[in-house]
Amino acid sequence: MGDSMIEADGLFKSYGETRALAGVSFSVPAGSVLGLLGPNGAGKTTAVRILTTLALPDAGRARVAGIDVLAHPAEVRRQIGVAAQDATLDGLLTGRQNLVLVGELSGMRTGQARARAAELLEVFELADAADRVVKGYSGGMRRRLDLAASLLTWPPVLFLDEPTTGLDPVSRQRVWEVIRELIGSGVTVLLTTQYLDEADALADGIVVVNHGQVIAEGTPRALKERSRSAHVEVRLAEPGPRAAGVIAPLVGGQVSVSADGLRLSAAVDSAPGLATALVRALDQAGLLVDNIEVRQPSLDDVFFALTGAHIPGDSNGSQATQATAAQAGPGGAAERVSEGAWT
Amino acid sequence: MTPAIAQRPRDTAGTRLITHSVAERGKNVVSMTRRDLVHISREPMQLSDVTIQPVLFTVLFIYLFGGAIPIPGGGSYTEFILAGLLALNLVTSTMGTAVGLATDLHEGIIDRFRVLPMWRPAVLVGRSLADLLTACLCALVVAVTGLAVGWRTSAGPLRIIAGFALVLFFAYSLSWVAACVGLNSKSPESAASFGFIVLFPLAFVSNAMVPTQHMPGWLQAIADWNPVSAVTAAARQLWDNPNPSASIAAWPMQHPIEASLAWSVLILAVAAPLASRYFRRRTTE
Repeated sequence: MGDSMIEADGLFKSYGETRALAGVSFSVPAGSVLGLLGPNGAGKTTAVRILTTLALPDAGRARVAGIDVLAHPAEVRRQIGVAAQDATLDGLLTGRQNLVLVGELSGMRTGQARARAAELLEVFELADAADRVVKGYSGGMRRRLDLAASLLTWPPVLFLDEPTTGLDPVSRQRVWEVIRELIGSGVTVLLTTQYLDEADALADGIVVVNHGQVIAEGTPRALKERSRSAHVEVRLAEPGPRAAGVIAPLVGGQVSVSADGLRLSAAVDSAPGLATALVRALDQAGLLVDNIEVRQPSLDDVFFALTGAHIPGDSNGSQATQATAAQAGPGGAAERVSEGAWT
Repeated sequence: MTPAIAQRPRDTAGTRLITHSVAERGKNVVSMTRRDLVHISREPMQLSDVTIQPVLFTVLFIYLFGGAIPIPGGGSYTEFILAGLLALNLVTSTMGTAVGLATDLHEGIIDRFRVLPMWRPAVLVGRSLADLLTACLCALVVAVTGLAVGWRTSAGPLRIIAGFALVLFFAYSLSWVAACVGLNSKSPESAASFGFIVLFPLAFVSNAMVPTQHMPGWLQAIADWNPVSAVTAAARQLWDNPNPSASIAAWPMQHPIEASLAWSVLILAVAAPLASRYFRRRTTE
């Protein structure tokens, strides 16, 4: 475990009668992003509060940057940046004053804090609003300022608690870009989210929590494969009656053909290389393929497969997932192309 | 975007000592004090209790009650009342400390402070210093209003300053009691009620507004031992203003300067550690 920057080991925590955590363990390797995924009330925020020294566990141990959180909380605070779920900003100060205050209280010289604040305000596109009082900021601006505050001291470990909850798709996209920027710079990130596509798009590994317990963990891909509900759709340039017969052995199941004979679809086990195999087979059969798409299962499908229930209070979740996925930045799009679609 | 987001320049605050040096503590306190003053400047009505209220009280007491209240031993009510008005206004203004801290705890900002490697008591000390500065403003308003309506003193500048300093010191120690209240309040609103339930009776059951000689015996005993009476009598004595309490046998009335210093030190010695304990308890979950 020498290489993990964040370690939670058997964390228990109750608030009165409510049990928030019932033995949660996970670790985040240095330089990687772990997505802590779960519905509202699953215990994500409690885990983050313990790891960031804000709450004490009833039982269990936690280490951040190799430092025992319970024994040396002050030392841990020098290593972490935190963007909490409720933006923790001073509404009566300007954006710039907020950042300078955070810098000064973290031990930076005032001049250094000012320079760093100006730099981050620029990066987060808040320069124009920098000298306005934060109370008048939009939700997206507050989140970006909160992120800036968490990055002010170049912390090697970053906690982002639901960084895009409540944001419109454009703001959300911008926050994703910032987080992608961080990834690969050596920063270790723990990201909590209820958005399945968010964990998918940003995290190297995912830990799914529900009712204060870890119910699954793995890479986004491995989790999707567990749910075995990928879907392949082929569009032909012209109707090909033989097409269904060509792909049937590859998908290992029922192929349905649309009335015009142009579209074929099938449920498949998620398999790497499937799209390539299908294109090759159709090509050899002399069929012209217009488009082929392997739709990976959404993480809501995964959640359903794991718990037998959909994400609570998320009836339009899959729709939202589609909508945001469609607007994903260049990184996200590239990832999907390599996994699925050709023209 | 630039790599500026995450690239830490060499040789900056990374691995540092965990204990806070005196200089670091001082810097944190200055930052917090400045922040609290910015708050006040954003909502100037917050200042009404140290600007408008003193003027209002001065006019009310001098013109409404002034003629009706005889001063045992003689002297002008205007000269008698000024030290009392100073004590009344400064004592009630400590409510601001309670409300300010309750508001901070109520809002998300306290979690930001708690994850920063700062010297945490700076939250309390900064607040108390910001409130001391507004108390100084209040004292100035009281003095100027008093001079405008006829308050005079024959004392030298040192004794005048000493009188103001004694009352301000008492208000400062009392603001730590207010801090304890604010740290135990469920909301800023309930912290505000502290002012009416505790501070106004504390200020009024004293020699600040009226000579205690006219009070019923049991009430006079309370008033003569009320720290506000000692503080007010001390200021009157230092300013050579009418001080009818000088003829009362109770020890604090015979030694008002010593008594007010003793009260202030005692209150501070109890309330300050208590406040930091409440702060720790309130910010532990």
